[in-house]
Amino acid sequence: MAEIHGTAALAHQFDDPEQQVEASTLGMWTFLATEILFFGGMFVAYIVYRMSYPQAFAAASHHLDIILGTINTGVLIGSSLTMVLAVYSAQMGRRRGQILFLAATLVLGLIFLSIKGVEYQHKFHEHLVPGAGFQFIDADPRHAAIFFSLYFAMTGMHAFHMVIGAGLIIWMARRAWRGEFSPAYYTPVEMLGLYWHFVDVVWIFLFPLLYLIGRH
Amino acid sequence: MDSHAAAAQRKTYFLVFGALLVLTLTTTGVAFINLGPLNTPVALAIAMIKAALVMIYFMHLRHSTFLTRVFAGAGLIWLLHFIIFTMSDYLTR
Repeated sequence: MAEIHGTAALAHQFDDPEQQVEASTLGMWTFLATEILFFGGMFVAYIVYRMSYPQAFAAASHHLDIILGTINTGVLIGSSLTMVLAVYSAQMGRRRGQILFLAATLVLGLIFLSIKGVEYQHKFHEHLVPGAGFQFIDADPRHAAIFFSLYFAMTGMHAFHMVIGAGLIIWMARRAWRGEFSPAYYTPVEMLGLYWHFVDVVWIFLFPLLYLIGRH
Repeated sequence: MDSHAAAAQRKTYFLVFGALLVLTLTTTGVAFINLGPLNTPVALAIAMIKAALVMIYFMHLRHSTFLTRVFAGAGLIWLLHFIIFTMSDYLTR
């Protein structure tokens, strides 16, 4: 069965399965390069404004919940582990393990988004959402508002990527359920893994830059 | 992959996961210590080590072809251009 799938999945323009896998991998990394630059725009804006208003950024960063931020970082890293184990299970031909690890990744992703939602709710109550209701007394409110605009833009786009990732996980678990993958062909699971880990890497930088400024 | 190599592979994933958790707690802890101007560089250095671990082990660059590594590196090189050229303007005004 595995052999039939492996052969059937080989598109006619490729010489062999290895070449086909590499084409997919290069395509995915190219997409991730555009994603790096997409998030890069916000990171560069962050660098420029943080260098312009360091005190306001430090004062504003103090209003983020460092405990929830650290827990969420751990949750996301855990989801990367379960994702890599899902790819590993696919590679080993363990359909059940693959579905269970994809489900675990989905659950951890949803926990991350829920904690993020609780944090957003706190910011609304504390009048820290930029706009007419914004109030800030620890530093120049106009400069602190820039920090919170970047905070919501960056974590919001990150969360949006996770929602898309969650949808892709459900789709991939369904395909695994239908027995579409085998040790000879599991490229879609591996590409989903690349996407999910990339989103993890973005958070690895967002966490210290947003939560950990001027804490000492 | 034989079962021995597979077991070693899975063990590596758990070790990397452990290292990432330790580094996360380290970066949060270090943030409360006053290192003067070094706080941000240290936080970024830890983030880069974590990102490298994820890319090398979880994103399988360790077992990737040279061409795949070039593609992965290209995104980072463009990002560096983006940052360096922007800052060469802002920092010299």
